Amino acid sequence: MQTTTKFRLLIGSFLMLMLFVGCKNEAKTEAAQASSTDTSEEVVKQGQAFIEDDGSTPNVLQIAIGSPDHTTLVAAVQAAGLENALVNAGPLMVFAPTNAAFDALPEGTVENLLKPENKDALANILKHHVTAGNYSKDFLKKFKKLGQANDQNTTIEVKGDDVYVGGAKIIASIKAGNGIVHVVDKVILPPTQE
Amino acid sequence: MLAFLGLVMVFTSCNDSGKKSSGALASNNAEKVYVAPGEQDEFYAFMSGGYSGNLTVYGLPSGRMFKEIPVFSQFPTSGYGYSEETKPMLNTSFGFVPWDDSHHPDISQTNGELDGRWIFINGNNTPRIARISLTTFETEEIIEVPNSAGNHSSSFITENTEYVVAGTRFSVPVPQRDMPINEYKGNFKGALSFISVDPEDGRMDLKFQIMMPGFNYDLSHPGRGKSHGWFFFTTYNTEEANSLLEVNASQNDKDFIAAINWKKIEEYVNNGGGTIMPANYAHNVYRDENHTATSTMKKEVLTVDPTKVPGAVYFLPTPKSPHGCDVDPTGNYIIGNGKLSADLTVHSFDKMLAAIEGKKFDGEAYGIPILKFEDVLAGTVKSGGLGPLHTEFDGEGNAYTTFFISSEVVMWKLGTWEVIDRKPTYYSVGHLMIPGGNSRKPFGKYVVAMNKITKDRYLPTGPELEHSAQLYDISGDKMELIYDFPTHGEPHYAAGIPAELIAPKSQKIYKLAENEHPYAVTTPDGAKVVREGREVHVYMSMIRSHFTPDNIEGIKVGDKVYFHITNHEQDFDVPHGFAMIGANNSELLIMPGQTKSLVWEPKQEGVWPFYCTDFCSALHQEMQGYVRVSPANSNIDLSWSLGE
Repeated sequence: MQTTTKFRLLIGSFLMLMLFVGCKNEAKTEAAQASSTDTSEEVVKQGQAFIEDDGSTPNVLQIAIGSPDHTTLVAAVQAAGLENALVNAGPLMVFAPTNAAFDALPEGTVENLLKPENKDALANILKHHVTAGNYSKDFLKKFKKLGQANDQNTTIEVKGDDVYVGGAKIIASIKAGNGIVHVVDKVILPPTQE
Repeated sequence: MLAFLGLVMVFTSCNDSGKKSSGALASNNAEKVYVAPGEQDEFYAFMSGGYSGNLTVYGLPSGRMFKEIPVFSQFPTSGYGYSEETKPMLNTSFGFVPWDDSHHPDISQTNGELDGRWIFINGNNTPRIARISLTTFETEEIIEVPNSAGNHSSSFITENTEYVVAGTRFSVPVPQRDMPINEYKGNFKGALSFISVDPEDGRMDLKFQIMMPGFNYDLSHPGRGKSHGWFFFTTYNTEEANSLLEVNASQNDKDFIAAINWKKIEEYVNNGGGTIMPANYAHNVYRDENHTATSTMKKEVLTVDPTKVPGAVYFLPTPKSPHGCDVDPTGNYIIGNGKLSADLTVHSFDKMLAAIEGKKFDGEAYGIPILKFEDVLAGTVKSGGLGPLHTEFDGEGNAYTTFFISSEVVMWKLGTWEVIDRKPTYYSVGHLMIPGGNSRKPFGKYVVAMNKITKDRYLPTGPELEHSAQLYDISGDKMELIYDFPTHGEPHYAAGIPAELIAPKSQKIYKLAENEHPYAVTTPDGAKVVREGREVHVYMSMIRSHFTPDNIEGIKVGDKVYFHITNHEQDFDVPHGFAMIGANNSELLIMPGQTKSLVWEPKQEGVWPFYCTDFCSALHQEMQGYVRVSPANSNIDLSWSLGE
């Protein structure tokens, strides 16, 4: 519950970020009018993730960006270049490990994954935290497994009132414009063999 | 940490502003899509209208829209579906159904190449297939598909237009009956319909329906070249769930592509095989000669139990609820796009035949053999994208696949399965189209991506936006985004063709002397008004810039007045319109030499005007007339005149 409140409070700081994004968009428009034949590498910061929209319910990416407990996750999403996939119409269900969950990984793991040469491995792990779907924690109790965006399955276990996804416990849930974010207490590592 | 991130973003933006190049529309790209005034586009693109029920015609590369062809929806612009002549086109076993959800246009082929004679499109909601003439650009025929629901794996044609094929998305009880929904499993059927097309006049006839297990049949494509004679359908919900499919239809790791040897089944039915069952479905045909449609209810259909035709149907296991089902120009590769997957599954036709020969089966489903996945698999494209939907081909050995979730088109190589290029789309792309891209001979110059989400691409128009399309130049080694244009309705697929295959034979006028309409007046002195009880028939002609007659008296409140109007122009692009005050339907837009009829039921006494709605001439504003409406018990005789 406490976590949820924090999320709401942080929408404000998210909007601050959007201002900066807005500035960037203007820059892009100007640049588009310049005549040049080099058009190949201009895709990096384009897409739905970079649209100014303060009228809609925040999407799963915006919620993560707005949370102080998910700075590692957000940095990882940006390092893996997955922003646009997370703002899609989806529906998307994101299991969002907290900073503490990342901190609990063996020392050096996160730093290593954030290196450019490990972009694919990082993307694979992050996509294992994403399901095409939008289910509440209660509704997830109907499942035994979920098919994740990295093409592997993860497990659902119910222990009392708690729901565990791939061994990680859902500790809070926030509805998003394009799905739902379930905050989890562990990083869900993809199984090595299906 | 958060503050640090913010700083990074500011920094990034300032960097961006300093860059010289950006955006897709650099000047050389503007030249590529520029069609100078007076010049014409190189390709036609026919885009389905989705929930508009229609088909729109665009030019490529300009992205200019030329026409909206009404198909399954009433269209007040021309009077289609409102005029007496075209109302029968929308007749079904459910009565008059004035709307549908049009999905997948496909152009007729000869020897696997586009021949530009007709274009077919499916109505998804009340299952129908339409045939549209590419001479007149008018809907000529609509056939309803019985035993079907959510007519989605349609309307794809075999390589000599022998058949237009329609597969049901929703399985249903066959025949329809009152039964508990939760007894779906094992009891519902999925009908795959093979509708023959007459090689001369294109007339459609439902030749046979294959009654498949109760899965969802999502999309399909014909074999071509060596696989001509086969048809491939993706399936999902092989779980046969009847509720909450988003969960319950994703339980199996693999669904199937159903491979149907339709030649074998054709032979079976030609030799008397199959079972005739009672049915009720409409067959509506429009004839140019009398400018009139007729609707006939057909009362039976020939059904085929696939297990009764050994060797005709097999299942190819395909991961993750495959959506698009596409066959490459050589006919060897069958691509299943698992929409909940990152990877594409490519099956080999050669391996499939070998697996059938070697009986490499992995069980069966409802008596239909399931081939072993490993024995039919040609390769897997490790795309790195998310949510693959559809694939088209350029004829140079490359395939192009759309990814909905990661909003991109990925170009990859057939045979090596390596990803060659990827470009973003804006946003969340559904279908894509290369002219001829699902034939033996693609014209691999452009690919059009049809996106589901528009957001900020154009000036905002409130919550509802037109969908966006992006045009990529694929004539080089890599894709290049060169243009972006809005599309009308929701294009679910499109078919493109070189303009030279269609433009020269596009019809300009209808010959007045050949007009066989029973109410046509081919000379102005034939104009008359005839009372038949409470019905009044006005035989009217029109030419620049008057109606004959333009004064009519003796009409009474409660009459049913039929205006039958013939356009006497024999000059290209001189239609006239007809609008009657208080008409409860629409206007008519009448082409040169054509006759159309509109019903008007006057409810009030008075003198009521009608006029031409199309600015036809310098004296267009003079093109008008009056109808005098008298009380129901009036004894004023019918009279009509012009210039008296």
